[in-house]
Amino acid sequence: MDLFEYQARDVFEKHGVPVLAGEVATTPEQAREAAERIGAASGGVTVVKAQVKTGGRGKAGGVKVAKTPEEAEAAARQILGMDIKGHTVHKVMVAQGAQIAEEYYFSILLDRANRSYLAMCSKEGGMEIEQLAEERPEALAKIEVDPNVGIDDAKAQEIVDAAGFDAETGAAIVPVLKSLWTVYHDEDATLVEVNPLVKTQSGDIVALDGKVSLDANAAFRQPHHAELEDVDASDPLEAAAKEKDLNYVKLDGNVGVIGNGAGLMMSTLDVVAYAGEQYGSSPANFLDIGGGASAEVMANGLHIILSDPQVKSVFVNVFGGITACDAVANGIVGALQKLGDEEDRPLVVRLDGNNVEEGRRILAEFNHPLVTIEETMDGAAAKAAELAAAK
Amino acid sequence: MAIWLNSDSKVIVQGMTGSEGMKHTTRMLASGTDIVGGVNPRKAGQVVDFPGDVQVPVFGTVGEAMEATGANVSVVFVPPAFAKDAVIEAIDAGIPLLVIITEGIAVRDSAEFYNYSKGKSTRIIGPNCPGLISPGKSNAGIIPADISGPGRIGLVSKSGTLTYQMMYELRDFGFSTAVGIGGDPIIGTTHIDCLEAFQNDPETDAIVMIGEIGGDAEERAAAYIKEHVTKPVVGYVAGFTAPEGKTMGHAGAIVSGSAGTAQAKKEALEAAGVKVGKTPSETARLMREIMESMA
Repeated sequence: MDLFEYQARDVFEKHGVPVLAGEVATTPEQAREAAERIGAASGGVTVVKAQVKTGGRGKAGGVKVAKTPEEAEAAARQILGMDIKGHTVHKVMVAQGAQIAEEYYFSILLDRANRSYLAMCSKEGGMEIEQLAEERPEALAKIEVDPNVGIDDAKAQEIVDAAGFDAETGAAIVPVLKSLWTVYHDEDATLVEVNPLVKTQSGDIVALDGKVSLDANAAFRQPHHAELEDVDASDPLEAAAKEKDLNYVKLDGNVGVIGNGAGLMMSTLDVVAYAGEQYGSSPANFLDIGGGASAEVMANGLHIILSDPQVKSVFVNVFGGITACDAVANGIVGALQKLGDEEDRPLVVRLDGNNVEEGRRILAEFNHPLVTIEETMDGAAAKAAELAAAK
Repeated sequence: MAIWLNSDSKVIVQGMTGSEGMKHTTRMLASGTDIVGGVNPRKAGQVVDFPGDVQVPVFGTVGEAMEATGANVSVVFVPPAFAKDAVIEAIDAGIPLLVIITEGIAVRDSAEFYNYSKGKSTRIIGPNCPGLISPGKSNAGIIPADISGPGRIGLVSKSGTLTYQMMYELRDFGFSTAVGIGGDPIIGTTHIDCLEAFQNDPETDAIVMIGEIGGDAEERAAAYIKEHVTKPVVGYVAGFTAPEGKTMGHAGAIVSGSAGTAQAKKEALEAAGVKVGKTPSETARLMREIMESMA
């Protein structure tokens, strides 16, 4: 889960990372009130920043400096509702203005290739880090961080030295890096990025903008992370699926796809996309019912998929490893019985593996006019793509 | 031979007495695996009955189980919140092969126990994986034993169900060992580790490698194949249609910006001389042709 900047700011503050005052606002009036409170400490100057989970908001006009609370209100009025790379702005952060002397870059992230953590640091912050890494790789220090040791004084010193900071600036940055490590570790983050990390004209080090990604698998020991979820933005079908413990991702197409196993489901989307090229059909979703799924789980999944009006046909693709094909067949039968005559969208079913004979027998006996049984995954994908185009 | 798991393997199960542990221990026993013990500190000293009049003793620690039984493989079904402690315990006991089936382990825990295992004597497979099977010899994990019998194809895959699908499609040839390495961002055994082991295994003639979006493990595997693998390799990559920034079921299956795409992985494999199938069935056909030409 990626956090908004204001949430990252709050998490930073909680762990002792120096940040400027900032408040989130969802209306221009709230923005003015926030600017009245915050601006007092910085000669009235505040910065109104669009809260979107994408880069490039500055260029898009999503960041504005305001000299008075009234200007902050006007800025918020312009920014709220703005579209930045397909993200609608629903919130702004009103932040204290800063007198920036220098801009740096720092991040800690999961290094999948080395199965470790990586700290990256540069004296040249502010720009997109991908651009810096490409154009001036020598300006970006990369230092491995042992997950069992973390960033202690010695590691922080190694990082600032590698980035080429002078002794005085380095000494000021070291404690900030240690606090950012605390954020990474204690919050079960997979990314903590500060860009820019700034030195103010008075010599203070401040995290001016932050990006934090949290590990969903750590929810069991991070119960407060649930409050950080952006419920407004989640697709209603994705939310409904989550409630039923189903792994669902909404896509743009017209063939509903359901089956077992993340790998097989990704593969099924691809096969549907290939088969659909000649019909103009493509997958409408990803839905993994998981290993050992029961008839009830299958029925729940079908219900979610058929709630999507864009879906014109459904492809059920199951390889019974632990999942039994007869349970899948019973789930299909149960779901169709519940839907009754109102449902008119065709289902193409491909079953293989554990108890496949029984599964196919159940479906054959049920003999529902909407259900087609296909022997192979490729054949079933072609059939589902064709039927979707015909609707 | 096969890799890492054979008829001499003596297997213990951490978390055997839980519902998943009981279900899959029953299945492993049914497929001929030599299960010599379970581990649960609260049930140490008990004996658990399994179908076929099999009794499996429960030990308090992995160390005790190894000493009493000579176990050299442990399969972990311990729930995510307790998995790290179970894994550290097994590493400290020096178990040679540790297969972590548990799904949903926090990535920080995996990072910590994997780095803890470095330089020690334990090979970790997983987490969030179906384990491995050397058909006809032993089965450590949850791969159904009845899909395919023994043969001379080696298989390595991030995905459980694609492993099953591929074993099913090539069941007339059979497998030396099939390894599900897991779909998490941090895993103990990589594609490269498996490729190296299959290359060195006299009972493996050809290798199927299944990857998916996320990270760059497939790209690095491609570079390794080019340098070190002389046996024929057929590849498959899932997730061409996955949207950017969405986790597709597996915690590690995510395209971030332009990184981790299926297209890049396919191109890297092809550049290394690997034939890459467009669908699982086409991939199986490619392997079929290779096996037939070698016969």
